[in-house]
Amino acid sequence: MSYHSVVCVKQVPDTAHITGEAMKADGTVNRAALPTIFNPEDLHALEVALEVRERFGGTVTALTMGPPKAADVLRDCLFRGADRAVLVTDRRAAASDTLATSYILSRAVRTLGSVDFVFCGRQAIDGDTAQVGPQLAEKLGFPQVTYLQQFIDLRDRTARLRRNVGNGWEIVDVRLPVLITVLDAAGEPRPPAARRVMQYKRARVRAELEAEVKAERPSAAGTELEAEVERRAEALRARGLMLEQWSLDDIRADPAWCGLAGSPTKVHRVQSIVLTKSGYTEIPPTEEGIRRLIRELVVDHTLG
Amino acid sequence: MPNFFTDNDDIRFLFDHLDLGELARVQERDFADARAGVGYAPVDEADALDNYRRILEITGDLAGRIIAPRAERVDAEGNTLNEDGTVTLHPLVADNLRRLAQADLMGFTLPRRYEGLNCPNLVYSMAIEIVSRADASLMNIFGLQGIAETINAFADEELKQEYLPRFARGEVTGAMVLTEPDAGSDLQAVRLRAVQDPDGRWYLRGVKRFITNGCGEVLLTLARSEADIADGRGLSLYLSERGPRIRVRHLEHKLGIHGSPTCELVYDDAPARLIGQRQRGLITYVMALMNGARVGIAAQSLGIAEAAYRLAREYAHSRKQFGGPIERLPAVAEMITDMKIQVEAARALTYETSRVCDLENNNTWVLECDPPEDKDELKVRKELARTLKRLNGLLTPMSKYYASEMCIRVADTALQVLGGSGYMTDYPAERYLRDARITTIYEGTSQLQIVAAVRGVCSGAFERRVAEFEELVYTDPDLAALREKLVEGRMQVLSAIAFVKSQAGDYLDLAGRRLVDAAAAVYIGHLLLQQAAGLRVSKVGGLGFPSGRAPGDAAPGPASGLSADQRAALRARKQRVARRFITTEMPQVRVNCELIAAGDRAPLEDFELLAGPLPAKE
Repeated sequence: MSYHSVVCVKQVPDTAHITGEAMKADGTVNRAALPTIFNPEDLHALEVALEVRERFGGTVTALTMGPPKAADVLRDCLFRGADRAVLVTDRRAAASDTLATSYILSRAVRTLGSVDFVFCGRQAIDGDTAQVGPQLAEKLGFPQVTYLQQFIDLRDRTARLRRNVGNGWEIVDVRLPVLITVLDAAGEPRPPAARRVMQYKRARVRAELEAEVKAERPSAAGTELEAEVERRAEALRARGLMLEQWSLDDIRADPAWCGLAGSPTKVHRVQSIVLTKSGYTEIPPTEEGIRRLIRELVVDHTLG
Repeated sequence: MPNFFTDNDDIRFLFDHLDLGELARVQERDFADARAGVGYAPVDEADALDNYRRILEITGDLAGRIIAPRAERVDAEGNTLNEDGTVTLHPLVADNLRRLAQADLMGFTLPRRYEGLNCPNLVYSMAIEIVSRADASLMNIFGLQGIAETINAFADEELKQEYLPRFARGEVTGAMVLTEPDAGSDLQAVRLRAVQDPDGRWYLRGVKRFITNGCGEVLLTLARSEADIADGRGLSLYLSERGPRIRVRHLEHKLGIHGSPTCELVYDDAPARLIGQRQRGLITYVMALMNGARVGIAAQSLGIAEAAYRLAREYAHSRKQFGGPIERLPAVAEMITDMKIQVEAARALTYETSRVCDLENNNTWVLECDPPEDKDELKVRKELARTLKRLNGLLTPMSKYYASEMCIRVADTALQVLGGSGYMTDYPAERYLRDARITTIYEGTSQLQIVAAVRGVCSGAFERRVAEFEELVYTDPDLAALREKLVEGRMQVLSAIAFVKSQAGDYLDLAGRRLVDAAAAVYIGHLLLQQAAGLRVSKVGGLGFPSGRAPGDAAPGPASGLSADQRAALRARKQRVARRFITTEMPQVRVNCELIAAGDRAPLEDFELLAGPLPAKE
C-alpha cells in the first residue's frame, strides 16, 4: 500500500524573538524586522508524515502558500525528507484570512490529485487561530482529527490515532482520507539530513529565479529576462531542483474567494501595547506574601 | 536554541582563518564528484565551504538542543549488560545516535560512493569537538568513524561495498578491538589467536579487554595469525560482525564517560575476515587507525574543556562574594582567562594537525590510486609524502598529549572556580572532570605520546616547520616583537635538543616531557601569531600542494557566517591572546630548557633511594 501525505507548512515571523521594532507605528507587523522561521508545529506535522511514509510506504508532498521567500520552508522540508514541494504564490492571494487561505489550500490539495492524509500543525505562531486545518478539512470534505499526540497504527485504510482532549486523551479510528492537526508531543522533528541539504540547497521556485536574474541584470527587459529565467529553470529541472510554483489559475481557484476580497474577517482594532513599567516586585515566599499577591491580582482584575 | 557551532566564535574564526577552501580543492580532487554528476557534491571551493558550514550547523544544533540536555541522565544511568552477552545502550544514547544518523553525520569522511560526506578530517575534528562539548561519552561512538575509515583505506572492495554504506547510514557502529589483559600500551604482546580452517576461513579465539563500544556491530580485531612470530609482525587485523560467538562478558565501571560502553569480549571461534594483508595488522593498519583516533581524542579534549570553561565563566560572573562577582578577584580572573587561552592554544594545534593529516591522506591517496604521469609532480608528491609523514609523526602525538593534558587542567580549574558547588553533583563540573580524566590515558597515554613526539622534536621536523613559520613577515610592531620572543624560544629548544643528543640514550625519554612542552609552546605561539595577523603557511617543507589552488586563483570569501566587524574584533582579540600566551609561556620554555641542560638523572640513578622502599604488603 502506498499513501500520499500532504503536509501544509507555513513560514512565520519568529515571534519568540521579538524586538522593539516588531510592530510599526500604525500597529501592523513589521515583517522586515522579524526573522522568519518554519512554524514549529508544522515541523511536527512533517515528522508524522515522514514516519507514516517510513512505516507504511508512500510519498510526502510539502505545500505552502506565501510570497516567493516562503520557498525557504519548502527547501527545509526537502532537507528533512519530503519527496515533493509546492509553493502557491499569487499577488491576488495576499491578505487572505483563514477562510480564504483554507479555500486556496483546498484547491491546491485537489490539484495534487489523490491524497490520503493532510497533515497540518495545530496552529501558526503568528496568528494563533488554529482555524486553517479544520476549515481545510471542511472544504475538502475530509474527516478531521485535531490535536494529534500519537499516530498509532494504520490498517485497511483506517488510521488509529491518539488525540489530546484537554484534560486527557482519546483514541479514535478514522477512515482515509483524513486531515490531521498535530501537536508538538507527536514526535521530535528529525534534523535536516546533510546530504539532502547539500543537494536541495540549490532548489528554487520560478519567482526566486526571476528575482535573482533581476538583481544580477537590472537592465534586462521582457524577453531577455524571460529567456534567462527559462535557461536557469531548465538547468535546475534537469537535476530535479526546480520546485513547483502554482498561481491561483493553476489550481483553478476563484479570485473572488481569495485575498482581501475573499476574507470576511474584519479587524476591529489593533492596540500597540508598550510596557512602561520597569523593575519588579518581590513577593516573599510566605503565606502572608502569597495572600497579598492574590489580593493585588484580584483588585486589578487580573484574577476573577 | 543553543547551537554549539554558531555560538562558538573561535571555531568559526578558525573556519575562516584556516583556508578550508584550499583544503576542499585537495579533498575533492578538483571537484571530480560534481563533474561526474553526484547531486550533493560541491562544484567549487565556495560551494564546499557552504556545505561544511551547513554540516557543522546541523551538528551544532543537535549537540546543543538534543544531546547536551541529556548528558546528565546518561552519565547517571549508563548502559546495560544483558545476560545473553549483549549490551543495551541507554535509550537516550541510542536516540542520540539515531538523530546523528538521520542527519547523515555517521559517514563524515567516507567517500560519496559509500554514501559518505567526504569531509576533510579538519571539519570532522570540529564536529567531534562540538559533540564532545555536549556529551563527551557520545564522542566514543560518534568519534569512532576512523574504523570505517580504516576499512576504506585497507580492506578490499568487496568488504568496503558491504560495510561502508551501512556505517554511513548509521545502521552499524564499530569498535577497534586491540587491548588485552596483558597487552595494553604494548600491543605487540597481543595473544588472541586467529586460525584458518582448510577452506581458508578465519576464526578468532581469546579475550579482549577495555574495548570502547565493544558491543558495536562491526569489530576490527587485532589477532595473532602467525603462532610462531612473537612480536608485532605476527599480528593481523580482522573484521567480524557481532554474533553469538562474540560475547560481552563484562561492562566496566568507570570514573567517567558513562555513556560509552567499555566491554570485555570473549571470542569463541568467531568467524572473521582478514583486512588487507597478513602480518600488517599492527605495524601498518592499527598504527594508521590509532593516529586518526589520537587526533579524535584531542578534539574530544577540546570539547570537554570548552564546556568546562563556559560553565566556570558563567559561574564566576554570576556568583557574588565580598560584594561583587568573583570574576573580579584577581586569582579567579587569571584562572578564567588562562582556561580560555589554553583551550584556544590546544585548538590551534589540533586543527593544524587535522589539516596536515588531510594533506597527507590525500597525497597518499593520489600516489597510490592515481599517480601523476608528470615526472616532476610525481617527485614533488613523493617528497611531500615524506615531509608530511614526518610532520604528522610530530603533530599527532603532540596534539593528543597537549590537548588532553590541557583538558584535565581546565576541567580541574573549572571545578575549583565553582568551589564547593563544583564538588557537588548539582553542577556538571565534576562530570566534566571525570570525563576529562580518560583523555590522557586511552589511545596511548601521555607518556607514550611524548615518546613519539620527542622523536619528531629531535629529528628536525620541528625545526624545519618552525623555520617556515619564522619566514612570515609581521608588519605590526607588537606582533613582530612577539615573533622575536618565539625565535628566542626556538633557539633555547634547539640547544636543549643538542644537549639531549649528547647524552646517553634513556636521558631523551627522561627529558622528553619538558622538551615536548617547550617545543609545543613555541609551535603554538606561532599559530596564534598567524591567527592574529591573518597569515598562513600553506606550503609544507617548502612544497606547495600540487592539486591545491593555482597561484592566480582567488580564495573564496569567509563563509563561517561571522560579519566583517565580528571577524575584525576577533582578530584584534587574538593579538592579545597571542601576547598573553607568548609572554607567559616563553619563561616556561626557558625553565624547561634549563632543567634539561642541567642533565639531572636522579629519577633513574637514585630510583630506589628517591622512590622509597616498596610499601609493605598489608
